[in-house]
Amino acid sequence: MPEIKNYTLNFGPQHPSAHGVLRLVLEMDGETIERADPHIGLLHRATEKLAESKPYNQSIPYMDRLDYVSMMCNEHGYVLALERMLGVEAPERAQYIRVMFDEITRILNHLMWLGAHALDIGAMTIFLYAFREREDLMDMYEAVSGARMHAAYYRPGGVYRDLPGSMPQYEASKWHSQKEVDVKNSNRQGSLLDFVEDFVQRFPKCVDEYETLLTDNRIWKQRTVDIGVVSPERALQLGFTGPMLRGSGIEWDLRKKQPYAVYDKLDFDIPVGLTGDSYDRYLVRIEEMRQSNNIIKQCIKWLRENPGPVMLDNHKLTPPDREHMKGDMESLIHHFKLFTEGYALPEGEVYSAVEHPKGEFGVYLVSDGSNKPYRLKIRAPGFAHISSLNEMTQGHMLADVVAIIGTQDIVFGEVDR
Amino acid sequence: MSDAVDKLVACLQDRFGRAISVGVAFSEVTAEIAAKDVLATCTALRDEADFAFAQLSDLCAVDYLTFGQAEWETTGATGSGFSRGVDEREVTPSTGGNERRFAVVYHLLSITHNVRLRLKVYLNEDEPIVDSVVPIWTGADWFEREAFDLYGVMFTGHPDLRRLLTDYGFIGHPFRKDFPLIGNVEMRYDAEKRRVIYEPVSITPRTLVPKVIREDQVDHLTGNQGGSHNA
Repeated sequence: MPEIKNYTLNFGPQHPSAHGVLRLVLEMDGETIERADPHIGLLHRATEKLAESKPYNQSIPYMDRLDYVSMMCNEHGYVLALERMLGVEAPERAQYIRVMFDEITRILNHLMWLGAHALDIGAMTIFLYAFREREDLMDMYEAVSGARMHAAYYRPGGVYRDLPGSMPQYEASKWHSQKEVDVKNSNRQGSLLDFVEDFVQRFPKCVDEYETLLTDNRIWKQRTVDIGVVSPERALQLGFTGPMLRGSGIEWDLRKKQPYAVYDKLDFDIPVGLTGDSYDRYLVRIEEMRQSNNIIKQCIKWLRENPGPVMLDNHKLTPPDREHMKGDMESLIHHFKLFTEGYALPEGEVYSAVEHPKGEFGVYLVSDGSNKPYRLKIRAPGFAHISSLNEMTQGHMLADVVAIIGTQDIVFGEVDR
Repeated sequence: MSDAVDKLVACLQDRFGRAISVGVAFSEVTAEIAAKDVLATCTALRDEADFAFAQLSDLCAVDYLTFGQAEWETTGATGSGFSRGVDEREVTPSTGGNERRFAVVYHLLSITHNVRLRLKVYLNEDEPIVDSVVPIWTGADWFEREAFDLYGVMFTGHPDLRRLLTDYGFIGHPFRKDFPLIGNVEMRYDAEKRRVIYEPVSITPRTLVPKVIREDQVDHLTGNQGGSHNA
């Protein structure tokens, strides 16, 4: 038998299952991984340094571009940090809207994860199914903020505007007949809330479809069961949060344990895994989608019954409406000052964390009393997860590296920042 | 939540006494410790039942070089009136000797007690060196590499202190306050040399919104919203 030496394999940064721009240097013994050295930073944009040169509000759009598949949850973390330092709280309706969109975002994120993870390890159909549902969720983003992804919808003091009373319609064209378009428009006749409600009625069936394809699928189980096992002790040591921590059997969810917004008024469960392998993390995320669906239902009910303001009326912090601005000198001054200089935060520091779809998204903000952050540190869940890639892949086969990157739900926007 | 905070403060003062200075702001606990005490304090915080900080949520560095320095004077007029446009000021490189220029900030989470703790360690600018906490929390590995890369803070005992986020062969520590926002070099593909080359930056820095510290504005936001002031 010929002697086989260890060799080093370069994986990425241009590799479809590297989920963006991950470069991995793998030391292999035959097919087995001895050591994995992830090289990150190819998407490093110095978001934190850029934020230091801008008034607080101008950094909100940067938050969307961190984890670019769960945009509004990033905004929520940042906006909460600002609100805590300012000592203000958004109106209740705005908080319900935020929670509803956080959960829409969680479904968006988990669908993206499910589609991409399954595609990486050989299942094609699920990817198409997941993107079919994402399309509707993107339309909700678009209806409320005008942007399908980078919404910049949450602002300190509330959300940018109330939920719209009508949905945009498809129009007939030379490629789509009126009949086709009418079918597409059939669930868009009412308000945004009607559209969301239609979605949450349909969605549990869709999750059943995904589960039919995967949960008892022999190939899926062969690729995920006992792959990337993390014990609860190691998960804590490695800084795991979110589904990665819960997959290992630790019941820890900031929405329950350190509730923010209106999560303490809503009824939902926290799914927890048993073995800490990739399959358990899959089951946890699937159940989270069902729970998110329930949370959205409760939010719709509340939002229908309770109209009200969605922004604070404090014009040092939120812009006055345009009509007032045109007629009233003081409103004009407020508007001008807010959009040029911004507002100052008191001197001090806060760390505010939210339960982002991937884990704990923390914003550490240091202010020296000026209108710009002195230091903004973003604690991205994916950063802690991918730093454990070496430990998780050791002793596994090359093909399992792809499964482990998939199960970690890595997005490089937030890892590199 | 606030009961847990009070209890934590009491426990910290009991256990560490003078070695630690504890403060509470925005219902968060911040404890400042000396660089030499990091390993002992962190081990105690992780292992002792009163604390049980099993997880390190975050570790980062802060550069305090320009803390509290505004770019635009707003309190008094000069002979020529208020200044208007703001030129990008070069941050003068520090001459050394600043004892509290850098801080390493640890955010700890105790799942048992459901409480967070912020630890701060100030470091001098000539030798920003602190013990690594990787032996205590494995997850600190990359956070420390990042702090080293961006701020040049060194961690003794770290198993593999390499740059993490910046380019291969990068010079400098880009998040320090005396490192320009536009950077020092830019990169392009040179068709003649047929490779990517680095050149000094060709753009000029610009301040779009000056940094302003207004003492009165904070009161406005948090409560007093009277119409007597208009800015």
